[in-house]
Amino acid sequence: MATIKIPPVLRASVGGEKQVSASGENVGDVLRDLAANHPATQEQLFAADGELNRYVNVYLNDEDVRVLGGLDTAVGDTDTLVILPAMAGGA
Amino acid sequence: MSPSGAELLKQVKSQIDEIDPSKVRELIGEGVAIIDVRETEEFAAGHLPGAKHVPRSYLETRIEGVVADRDAQIVLYCQSGNRSAWAARTLEDDLGYTHVASMTGGITLWKDRGYEVVVPRGLDAQQRERYSRHLLIPEIGVEGQQKLLDAKVLLLGAGGLGSPTALYLAAAGVGTLGIVDDDEVDLSNLQRQVIHSTDRVGVPKVDSAEESIHALNPDVNVVKYPVRIDASNIMEIISGYDVIVDGVDNFPTRYLLNDATVRLKIPVVSASILGFDGQLSVFKPYEGPCYRCLFREPPPAELAPSCGANGVLGVLPGTMGLLQATEVVKLILGIGEPAIGRLLLYDALGATLTEVKVHRDPDCPICSREPDEIADEEMGVFPDYEAFCAAAG
Repeated sequence: MATIKIPPVLRASVGGEKQVSASGENVGDVLRDLAANHPATQEQLFAADGELNRYVNVYLNDEDVRVLGGLDTAVGDTDTLVILPAMAGGA
Repeated sequence: MSPSGAELLKQVKSQIDEIDPSKVRELIGEGVAIIDVRETEEFAAGHLPGAKHVPRSYLETRIEGVVADRDAQIVLYCQSGNRSAWAARTLEDDLGYTHVASMTGGITLWKDRGYEVVVPRGLDAQQRERYSRHLLIPEIGVEGQQKLLDAKVLLLGAGGLGSPTALYLAAAGVGTLGIVDDDEVDLSNLQRQVIHSTDRVGVPKVDSAEESIHALNPDVNVVKYPVRIDASNIMEIISGYDVIVDGVDNFPTRYLLNDATVRLKIPVVSASILGFDGQLSVFKPYEGPCYRCLFREPPPAELAPSCGANGVLGVLPGTMGLLQATEVVKLILGIGEPAIGRLLLYDALGATLTEVKVHRDPDCPICSREPDEIADEEMGVFPDYEAFCAAAG
């Protein structure tokens, strides 16, 4: 099971957790497993065509999956996925 | 019988390498460390080009900060060649440096030969005292402090992030601080916006910030912009600044700022905060990714909580704002490794700092093109911009 770090704006969708575990062979499978267990994350992560929404970045450990193999990037049990939507608070 | 001072000096000089000023002149700019071991006032009156200042009285404690490599080639000089001879012996015998020479005749002979002397623009006595802890750091010194005094930094927002950033940049002696904010101080700001105060509730934030900055450091020139930044004024406002500190609270302005700063090639130190979490990165146009490389488009309004009133831990903007101030100082001084191409994620509750890589996007709609190819109408625009702003209210 890989670890997924959940950003503040998505925590309500996963019962308030900061990180959760999900299983899968690659990034797409792991995130789809997350969405299966926490349906509220589905629309926030994925566009209608099944690709990641352009405003969400996903990192495998510290690397952007878009420069790796995208959703097909292989994920091991000890890996951490970081989900990161943009934030703009400053005041 | 103990030797006299003159005899001892002669003895020391026979044990060390001495080098003629003409040879030293050839070594300037060749990677050799030239160290002036005289007192501060003597150094300020004029020194060799490129010389670093390590007073002989602090030699043992400070030399490693200037020259860490024991095998580096070092030339020491003083006024006439005596103090530097003692210093050379100390470096070799006590500290293990292997390639040290003392310049014969010191700066007096150097000047007699008509060689170039650099007179640093001086700090006055008060500035010397005020910035003394900077002057003690070899990476800053008088030269670095002068860079800070000459620097122009623009703060977008005198709010949560802008407050601590402005105060510390002012304290550090950044000479010009521009502040853009069209808001007035509200009681609910004071849980975190430490540049303002209870008796200034209702006062324009730019005026309140100016008062605090001047109380802390009258050296700082404050330029006030009590306006909301938009496409019509951004180019005029930000032109001429060396670094911009982004602490704005909405996406449209962040994209607008990104596009304008890419066009003008001005680095932006960007941070954002929400709840107990903060993000920080440095966007240096064409050297690293820009904000659009990181986030091609903003999230829909329901996932962009910055648009509404949201909670934030009062000390969090302090933490993130001071990380920003640190990056600003590094950029001005040209030291260290700014967070270019890296996004730092701070989790205050977990007390963790995580880092992810940010790459330049070869298809970036803005920074994959030359500055003069970016048109006014494109700035700050992203897909569904109007729907975004309508939903955000």
